Amino acid sequence: MSLSQSQTAATPEAATSEIVAQPGPWDDDPVLKVEHLTMRFGGLVAVDDLGFCVGRGDISAIIGPNGAGKTTVFNCLTGFYKPTEGMLTMTQAGGGQYLLERMPDFQISAHAKVARTFQNIRLFGGMTVLENLMVAQHNPLMLASYFTFGGILGLKHFRTAENGAVDRAKYWLERIRLLERADDPAADLPYGAQRRLEIARAMCTEPELLCLDEPAAGLNPRETAELNELLRFIRDEHGTSVLLIEHDMTVVMEISDHIIVLDYGQKISDGTPDHVRNDPHVIAAYLGVEDEEVDEVEREVETGEA
Amino acid sequence: MTSETAPDSAPENAAKHKPAPPQTRDLAASLKDAGLAALITFALAAPIMGLHTMSLPGGGGLAIVPNWASVFISVVVVFVGRLLLDLFVWRRVVQIPIGDKWFRRPGGMPFARHAHRLGGVAGPLLLGFTIIMPFLPFSDRYIMDLSILVLTYVMLGWGLNIVVGLAGLLDLGYVAFYAVGAYSYALLAQYFDLGFWVCLPLAGILAAFWGLLLGFPVLRLRGDYLAIVTLAFGEIIRIVLLNWYQFTGGPDGISGIPRPSFFGLEFSRGDDGFAAFFGLDYSPMHRIIFLYYLILILALITNFVTMRLRRLPVGRAWEALREDEIACRSLGINTTNTKLTAFAIGAMFGGFAGSFFATRQGFISPESFTFIESALILAIVVLGGLGSQIGVVIAAVVMIGGFEYFREFEQYRMLIFGLAMVVIMVWRPRGLIATREPSIALGKRKAISGDLVGEGHG
Repeated sequence: MSLSQSQTAATPEAATSEIVAQPGPWDDDPVLKVEHLTMRFGGLVAVDDLGFCVGRGDISAIIGPNGAGKTTVFNCLTGFYKPTEGMLTMTQAGGGQYLLERMPDFQISAHAKVARTFQNIRLFGGMTVLENLMVAQHNPLMLASYFTFGGILGLKHFRTAENGAVDRAKYWLERIRLLERADDPAADLPYGAQRRLEIARAMCTEPELLCLDEPAAGLNPRETAELNELLRFIRDEHGTSVLLIEHDMTVVMEISDHIIVLDYGQKISDGTPDHVRNDPHVIAAYLGVEDEEVDEVEREVETGEA
Repeated sequence: MTSETAPDSAPENAAKHKPAPPQTRDLAASLKDAGLAALITFALAAPIMGLHTMSLPGGGGLAIVPNWASVFISVVVVFVGRLLLDLFVWRRVVQIPIGDKWFRRPGGMPFARHAHRLGGVAGPLLLGFTIIMPFLPFSDRYIMDLSILVLTYVMLGWGLNIVVGLAGLLDLGYVAFYAVGAYSYALLAQYFDLGFWVCLPLAGILAAFWGLLLGFPVLRLRGDYLAIVTLAFGEIIRIVLLNWYQFTGGPDGISGIPRPSFFGLEFSRGDDGFAAFFGLDYSPMHRIIFLYYLILILALITNFVTMRLRRLPVGRAWEALREDEIACRSLGINTTNTKLTAFAIGAMFGGFAGSFFATRQGFISPESFTFIESALILAIVVLGGLGSQIGVVIAAVVMIGGFEYFREFEQYRMLIFGLAMVVIMVWRPRGLIATREPSIALGKRKAISGDLVGEGHG
């Protein structure tokens, strides 16, 4: 991840036809290892033989132009799609291993501890902010209520667990500065607050890997800065690895430890922010170049790919 | 919550720290409004109430008899009522403090804002009334029978409310579980000679079992498709009951279903009957009153369990499922099990109500379990307001009571029923009580507007 390392990787001889995946610390103890992931919708290959690792305790980002297959990768990871091919291995800090492609979607969150948010926010709009966070703690509370029977009788065991859940919700509400609005319906919140609430709700499931689908979309610069801070907090204080899809380069370049770039369902670059920023494939495909460099870069890419 | 909350939610609290709001109750405008209403009343009442026609004796044509007193009274009532409502209830203008200034904005629908408090006030009142009802002077046999019927539908409405109102699963075949409950008791009593108190839980368990059985195949369906399959399920149950002649008696039904006993005491004229044991004179009303309290207790149990479940994880998961199923799955909620529990628990209460129905009637046949019953129960839930317990009570009283009240106008009953539906749907498209009460709160529970609450699509 050092600067010198990334610059050596970005030298012109690296820009050959081979996609250079920069080896990094994320390969050593990956929380998530994606191998040969392929997703076909009829004749369309949305994700083509993709492989990458998400390092434990890292903030990793998947970027790429629209239609590159980023959200499809997310949907495969969280079980909403069953991948056509490939293996997705989730390794928890405790050593437990889960093959996500074989699990039903709700078990991925419940057992493998992978939580996600959605590109178009999916809150429970008619429920209060607090209720949203309580629903996220459904599984432990369900156990504590002895599958409802104990809860109906009002056993103390359940009440204690419920108070604990409320405390956890309060902790997160304080963190995202929504404690005063805990009893307001989620649909009444402003857009930025809804984004933060969705992240807090995902965190209430106590995930080991948090997948965020465009968390900064629609946020103003101040809210974006707050989001960066929140994501760093989640990584540093909770040890949760974060995988995010993002178009906002200020977020991606500032907070990511590791970036994977997709285009047309294929990985075109993989490495630290500096490595990716200087990768001619990425520049050509996605980031764009300054006017005076266009000819040079195009030549570089063409010769490289010829 | 203190004044830190959003400004529009606590104008009263904020007022303590701010200069008083300028006077905005515009008396002149209210007077004008009330005057207009009185004028309309006069225009309507003058020809309708003010002028009576009377045929002259001997076929001498019609004479007009004026009746201006009643016109005057109605105009005054409308004027005063409208003025008072305008000044004190509708509050034409709400003032919001922003900074040091007061901003005016039109007040919302008063009923919608305060409807959630209805449960807190009207609930205990209604409960008190229902408990003393059998001993009120006007409670004759007819009123008690009608009340039992209304309470049965309240219970069915509350049961269906779990499935439709909380979990958002549109079930058009709820009557099937009512039928399963009724036939469970009737057949168990007939073949195994079991009493009501043994059969009541069995009927609930059997209905819940059928709820699970229906739930499994239909879990993948959503919205309209689910509605059609549940509708078909309701009809299948009825047609099986109709055609399995050797077992269920087919269209002849089952008669002679044993009546419930009061802890072993029969409501009979004999020496070992209820009346003799308590030293009372025998009266057929004893059984009616007993049945009344029985269904009241069953309904209250339904209500209690539903209210409890709403505050438990499973209830929150139902409501979350109604709001957004995909988000539920992303949070690790097993949506299959959650839907099945909603179906099973809703069906169980339907089964309890069914076995009560059987013991009360003493005779059941498939004719009692037609689709129109499902439609009626669903209408009660929808008109009352999805998810609202007190709304279901109001809707059941109005619909079932109204149905009986208009019994003389047999042909027009469905017409009035339909018209009432249209009026409600125009006036309050989300039911009488559209607001939702949060299941948990840090501060004061604030009702959530029905506009924000999801209707459920599967």
